[in-house]
Amino acid sequence: MTQQDYSLAELMTVAAAEAFRGNGEVLATGIGLLPRLAASLAMKTFTPELMMTDSQSWMLSEPNNVSGRAVSDRQAQESWMGFSRIFDNVWSGKRHAMVGPTQIDAYGQTNISALGSDYQNPKVQMLGVRGFPGNSICHANSFFVPNHSRRVFVAEECDVVCSIGYNPERLPRGYSFDEIDIRRVITDLCVMDWGGPNHQLRVLSLHPGVSLEEVQENTSFELAVIDDLATTAAPTPEQMAIMAALDPANSRAKQLKDNPVGDRRPLEESRNV
Amino acid sequence: MDKVRSAYEAVSEIKDSMTIGIGGWGPRRKPMALIRELLRSPVKDLTVVAYGGADVGLLCAAGKVKRVIFAFVSLDFIPLEPYFRKARQSGAIDVSEIDEGMMLLGLRAAAWGVPYIPTKIGLGTDVVRLNPQIKMVDSPYDDKEWLAMPALKLDVALIHASRADQRGLCQIDSPDLYMDDWFARAAETTIVSCDELVDTEHFHQGDNARSVFWERNVTQIVVPIAGGAHPSSCDPLYGFDMAHFKEYAASASVDGIEAYLDKYVTSKDEQAYQSLVGGIDGIRALPLPVY
Repeated sequence: MTQQDYSLAELMTVAAAEAFRGNGEVLATGIGLLPRLAASLAMKTFTPELMMTDSQSWMLSEPNNVSGRAVSDRQAQESWMGFSRIFDNVWSGKRHAMVGPTQIDAYGQTNISALGSDYQNPKVQMLGVRGFPGNSICHANSFFVPNHSRRVFVAEECDVVCSIGYNPERLPRGYSFDEIDIRRVITDLCVMDWGGPNHQLRVLSLHPGVSLEEVQENTSFELAVIDDLATTAAPTPEQMAIMAALDPANSRAKQLKDNPVGDRRPLEESRNV
Repeated sequence: MDKVRSAYEAVSEIKDSMTIGIGGWGPRRKPMALIRELLRSPVKDLTVVAYGGADVGLLCAAGKVKRVIFAFVSLDFIPLEPYFRKARQSGAIDVSEIDEGMMLLGLRAAAWGVPYIPTKIGLGTDVVRLNPQIKMVDSPYDDKEWLAMPALKLDVALIHASRADQRGLCQIDSPDLYMDDWFARAAETTIVSCDELVDTEHFHQGDNARSVFWERNVTQIVVPIAGGAHPSSCDPLYGFDMAHFKEYAASASVDGIEAYLDKYVTSKDEQAYQSLVGGIDGIRALPLPVY
């Protein structure tokens, strides 16, 4: 493929789908269009055992399209899954959620609640902790970051710690980090996991045309790097076709500012591959 | 046994400093007509428990609220509720921010008459640091610490159902009842507004009784208000009013809440309100959202 062939959104979606590979029969929840497309792609290809909802109140045997649906469209409902039942599933641990936190710190703790140092009078009120505390201590979580920057990957602890991470100071009595399961971090620059020494955030692959320096420069804390640092795999033609079918209105083109190309190497270099 | 009251009579049950729970979720199936009636009342210093949307935003903006117990406040397609945001960023309200599931456990504890339910949810997060009233407990069965989610006892619950009869049987047709059954059970007094008032005979037909999620003795007051969830949705009868929510959100950064309340709430009954938003036919024609 050449750099015109796939967008950064498509590259990130395919990399995000990899987070669900081999997960088995767990509820795959992607919050936001690209994470949802990623979970759907995984379910349609290499992990058909995955389970998914219609983002409302039904479990589906087949993922819905993420765009272009009408109210009257049929969907492959297989069971009721209202919000209270979602929690029965969350608490059982049989779920992998991919979410987009506003802040992520070096411990893997995240924030979607509020910004600023004064909680009683926050600089910016955001959503609230939502289900992050429960999700983070009950089941697997991955993070999707469309704008890898120091504002997201913060130097200190998050302003409001909404999810438990690998901070020894906060480990509850009697618990171990083996009970905390933070998986992948997919950004617009790279793919990472928490597999460095003492659960340090670790770069696994760089997107084509991105340097390790650029990744580190845009992260406020030190990153580990895996020994065999790879280039993030480009989408296959089959994956491109499935993404197009799941997203007929091409909403994926509107998720990242200016819809950048996926291969950002200089033109000459990419042509010679 | 006739539990039917007017919105005015129903809301008169709510007194200063009470704890009220509000059913629904974000912009979906909120008892908004009852909220508007509450906005017209002199009540103040409320503690509000909700999976919040414009219900929470409006009550905060109108100065009715002392404390909000919440996991989120959002209009979904407008992710950040504008008036809740204003109230928080000006330090106007106290909050107790908890996980969505903790709220469910707190309501269940209240419904079941137990002081708390042990859970690991919240451990290791700022939910513990920011809620010093929430205590940790030891388990007699293991060596771990557990968060003791306290019962969220409600003085009053406000809920909007698809249908009800005058004896307090409530039916929810929407694909999700959210946590409405637990709000109803956690409350001393449960007030249910409904889009349609039906005869008890209705529940004997087909499997209508299957979508009655709490018993009639859980409901004390029934308020028939067709379109009473507007601008939130009452799936499958009507979707949420995106245009109205946009106007509401825009008012926060332009004229402020007074202008919105003047236009839609103050000195207006529900009929006057509805005539400003397209009438019941317009409300029932609002398309359902597609996800």
